[in-house]
Amino acid sequence: MSHLIAPADIPYLPRGVRLAEDRVRGIRVLQAPERAMQLDPIGEAILTELDGTRSLATIASDLAARYNAPEDQIASDMRDFLTGLIERRMVFLKEAA
Amino acid sequence: MKDQQDQPRDLDGNPVTPGLPMAMLAEVTHRCPLACPYCSNPVELVRAAGELPANDWGRVFREAAALGVLQVHISGGEPGARRDLAQIVAHARDAGLYVNLITSGIGITKARLQELDAAGVDHVQLSLQGIRPDMADRISGHPGSWDKKMGFADWVTEIGFPLTINAVVHRQNMERLPDMLELAERLGARRIEVATVQFHGWADLNRKALMPTREQAVFARQIVNDARIRLRGRMVIDYVPADHHAAYPKACMGGWGSIGLNVGPDGTVLPCHAAQSIKWMRFENVKERSLSDIWHLSDSFNAFRGTAWMPEPCQSCARKTVDFGGCRCQAMALAGDARATDPVCSLSPLHAEVVAAAEADAAADTAEFIYRRMSKGG
Repeated sequence: MSHLIAPADIPYLPRGVRLAEDRVRGIRVLQAPERAMQLDPIGEAILTELDGTRSLATIASDLAARYNAPEDQIASDMRDFLTGLIERRMVFLKEAA
Repeated sequence: MKDQQDQPRDLDGNPVTPGLPMAMLAEVTHRCPLACPYCSNPVELVRAAGELPANDWGRVFREAAALGVLQVHISGGEPGARRDLAQIVAHARDAGLYVNLITSGIGITKARLQELDAAGVDHVQLSLQGIRPDMADRISGHPGSWDKKMGFADWVTEIGFPLTINAVVHRQNMERLPDMLELAERLGARRIEVATVQFHGWADLNRKALMPTREQAVFARQIVNDARIRLRGRMVIDYVPADHHAAYPKACMGGWGSIGLNVGPDGTVLPCHAAQSIKWMRFENVKERSLSDIWHLSDSFNAFRGTAWMPEPCQSCARKTVDFGGCRCQAMALAGDARATDPVCSLSPLHAEVVAAAEADAAADTAEFIYRRMSKGG
């Protein structure tokens, strides 16, 4: 399936979608309409970065610097992960200002 | 004294291991201005005087959150029929739950919707009975319902709630599914749930007026498949197909007592909203026992947990952990036995009979409904 996000797009969590703590199971979840999604550490790291101001490319670059990891790989993982969430309407996009 | 009396056991005495629930349906009232002939409420409705007060709901929500529930679906009846709805919502948010409000949109003014926003509603799900006033008002039994719903949808958008449209489809409106999808898109809905009527309770009384034809079931599937491709990234479509026309049953509730529970207006706790159609089963109440004890230890929740209780052909079937033998309430209704293989399954010995009955009802020449009403008073 084709990706639904380009490097310059700014991904964000829209109203009604939020990160939350699942204290009973000891994990982080993404709460969304009719759905609570369990997050692994990578998913959580990506979603924590969505501040509604930085683009996919900028976030990938910041994460690459922080984790000393290849930027291309991070950008590619982010595109796959975020495309899945965009398909579920749990992540929205805005154009760069 | 019984040994191992805390060991949860299914209805045959086999040990079972309860998991943790993710979601709770809170039916805070059975009162409703609509009279939909397929209402999922039981035929014997709870009256206003029997409803749990808001503070009791607060306790139930805290117990639910401690038990592992992450989301509550506040529904009814029409939840807006409760004047203290905002207080109920606030209790749910205080307990840390994600709050889905499931409403007909009738009887909630714009000012009240703003109040519900302030109380912490996360997401609004608006029901749709049909397209255009003539169809929507006749099916819901409520003149003026269509116009009120469209007004309500505008307020939802104005306030900014995420919106899901909940379209219930059956023989009398299935051909309008494309229009329902278009309407949901126009209203800016992030999601649409297209649910074929489930034939329990009220809907079972109206089988001859509601049962879709096989051709309609095929049509609806095609429309949904096409729309999912066309609307990718714009609108999510959840689809509950007509299982009387399917090869295998639905995985009802993701398995009995597995991931969800339902608390009724008077505090009765059910494994699913139709469970009271299993007449011999006794259900417990949050007024008498903690939600955790009911979830882990009650006979009703443990009855059909695991797979050991399953008869043949389920017991040796590779799908027994996929669809869990189907729906217990449907087995009760169609086979007269809640533990039977769901008779909509093509492997059930009753399947041919069930399909013939569905086809006969689908061909029935009636559009008349028995509307959902309280028997007297209310």
